[in-house]
Amino acid sequence: MATQHSRSAARIMMAPAVVLLLGWMLIPLTMTLYFSFKKFLPLRGGDLGWVGFDNYVRFVSSSAFWPSVQTTLIIVGGVLLITVMLGVLLAILLDQPLWGQGIVRILVIAPFFVMPTVSALVWKNMFMDPVNGLFAHLWKFFGAQPVEWLSDAPLFSIILIVSWQWLPFATLILLTAIQSLDSEQLEASEMDGAPPLARFGFIILPHLSRAITIVVLIQTIFLLAVFAEIFVTTQGSFGTRTLTYLIFQRVLESQNVGLGSAGGVYAIILANIVAIFLMRIVGKNLDS
Amino acid sequence: MGQITLNQITKNFGDVQVIPPLDLRIDDGEFVVFVGPSGCGKSTLLRLIAGLEDVTSGDITIDGRNATEVPPAKRGLAMVFQSYALYPHMSVRKNIAFPLRMAGLDKEAQNAKVDAAAKVLNLTDYLDRRPGQLSGGQRQRVAIGRAIVREPAAFLFDEPLSNLDAALRVNMRLEISELHQTLKTTMIYVTHDQVEAMTMADKIVVLQAGLIEQVGSPLDLYHAPRNKFVAGFIGSPKMNFLTGQYASGYDATTIGIRPEHIAVSSSEGAWSGRVGVSEHLGSDTFLYVDIDGVDEPITVRSTGEIGVRHGDNVYLTPDASKIHRFDKQDLRIP
Ligand SMILES: Nc1ncnc2c1ncn2[C@@H]1O[C@H](COP(=O)(O)OP(=O)(O)OP(=O)(O)O)[C@@H](O)[C@H]1O
Ligand SMILES: [Mg+2]
Repeated sequence: MATQHSRSAARIMMAPAVVLLLGWMLIPLTMTLYFSFKKFLPLRGGDLGWVGFDNYVRFVSSSAFWPSVQTTLIIVGGVLLITVMLGVLLAILLDQPLWGQGIVRILVIAPFFVMPTVSALVWKNMFMDPVNGLFAHLWKFFGAQPVEWLSDAPLFSIILIVSWQWLPFATLILLTAIQSLDSEQLEASEMDGAPPLARFGFIILPHLSRAITIVVLIQTIFLLAVFAEIFVTTQGSFGTRTLTYLIFQRVLESQNVGLGSAGGVYAIILANIVAIFLMRIVGKNLDS
Repeated sequence: MGQITLNQITKNFGDVQVIPPLDLRIDDGEFVVFVGPSGCGKSTLLRLIAGLEDVTSGDITIDGRNATEVPPAKRGLAMVFQSYALYPHMSVRKNIAFPLRMAGLDKEAQNAKVDAAAKVLNLTDYLDRRPGQLSGGQRQRVAIGRAIVREPAAFLFDEPLSNLDAALRVNMRLEISELHQTLKTTMIYVTHDQVEAMTMADKIVVLQAGLIEQVGSPLDLYHAPRNKFVAGFIGSPKMNFLTGQYASGYDATTIGIRPEHIAVSSSEGAWSGRVGVSEHLGSDTFLYVDIDGVDEPITVRSTGEIGVRHGDNVYLTPDASKIHRFDKQDLRIP
């Protein structure tokens, strides 16, 4: 596309997509910003005028704010921990020559294609139900009292469900990284006298470090916004109210659009901080 | 110590037998080179000795101890890989120290050994760099350093120089030979470059399709190849082979004559032919001469410049005492 003519033609042809994308992004963003500076209670008087940073201050100083941040961090951290650790393990396993490798790989990836709402419902009703769930049957089989997962261990249950969904993603990225490891390096370390655990710690893990960072960052962005799993299971009770869920409650349950929007802006800032790190690392990856 | 004996070892990959039963004895302090065409099983044989592959049958003895079932780390051998196989996230110092660290040596002992190895290999200025910041030759030296510090019973090299350019290759070849003179440790060296084999080896093992064709010193192989394959493989340029009327005069199925053992003349000689391509290297001239009844042109090497051109008629005279005769089974008739 060298000539002036072809360049302007390209611009015109790209314009609709660019305009659509910009509108898609900018309209909700501006509306959120706009509402966050207003006192807006749809069922209790509607638009009650500008209030400056009032909503921002109130959102942060509400008694629910810090616990929700804590919950968010626990869920994000827990899921990251589980997915990265199991992901590394699975990736190593899947990298071994294995009978029926293709099928096993597809099976491992499958959970990623299940919608969050569906998977949360399946977990809630088929596994974690204290009467009919598979876990309850398993517990009873061993003569134990079935666990009331969603009320006794609510955070853990949600972490489990979300981890199940994100494990395939982590596994896939880590598997491709492991496959790019030069097998001669492993053989060299074997000859150098490194037992399997040392080979893992000194060769495989450092080789995976970049892939792990990328998994952590990408997942963080998505995990900050985990919603369906909470909505379907605990509805934010038993200390499972994350930042996202708090915003949802402020807007829809308390019908306070202004306050919720201020929370939304906080969430945007948080996600962007992570995104900046991500882009730097990915950029570095592409450079080298 | 580094005396290695292979006794009737075989290796199968699935149904394919890559190494048919093979016997070989490598003496302490020897520099042994495995040569052969690509895919003949040189790397496989080396990896069997290293323990990176299990033998299908047979025994490997290292220093009188049966090592067939011994894991690679316990065989006391060090290997230098073609791709160097350095650990990219460790500094040169850590790379060289890695086997010592795995052996549980303390920091000071590690550093002392690494510094000594670095000095021998001229790596002292690079100890804090990562492998990615080194040139090919320096990486190769780091890989050798990592092997040296272990003070192995034997070094195994798998085509260590094939990623280097020609000039550096000559240099490293000398350095490795020098190292062998200094350490006097057994070295097994795989290559498909027969110049490397001829110049470095105490003993050359010529392999074809997993079979040992001949074992001997470089000059043994040059002067008395056991069969046509070895005769053609050792020596550069390749030996010329002639059959039919040319061979029958010598009471053989095939005769072979090396390019350096043929005299060229423009007036008289045993065989007449027409010059094809001639390659002038300054010190030598290689002529490719087509003679009647022979498909392949005969390669002739003469020293210095000679005044022949493409299309000239020349006469070739082989040095009768240097002619190798081969029978129907391609074995050399002494
Ligand atoms: N893991 C393996 N599985 C199946 N076949 C193999 C395996 N490794 C090697 N082979 C086969 O064994 C034969 C010998 O291979 P090897 O790598 O030892 O050859 P080589 O002499 O080192 O060749 P090159 O000079 O090209 O390195 C080849 O035909 C190769 O296809
Ligand atoms: Mg090889």
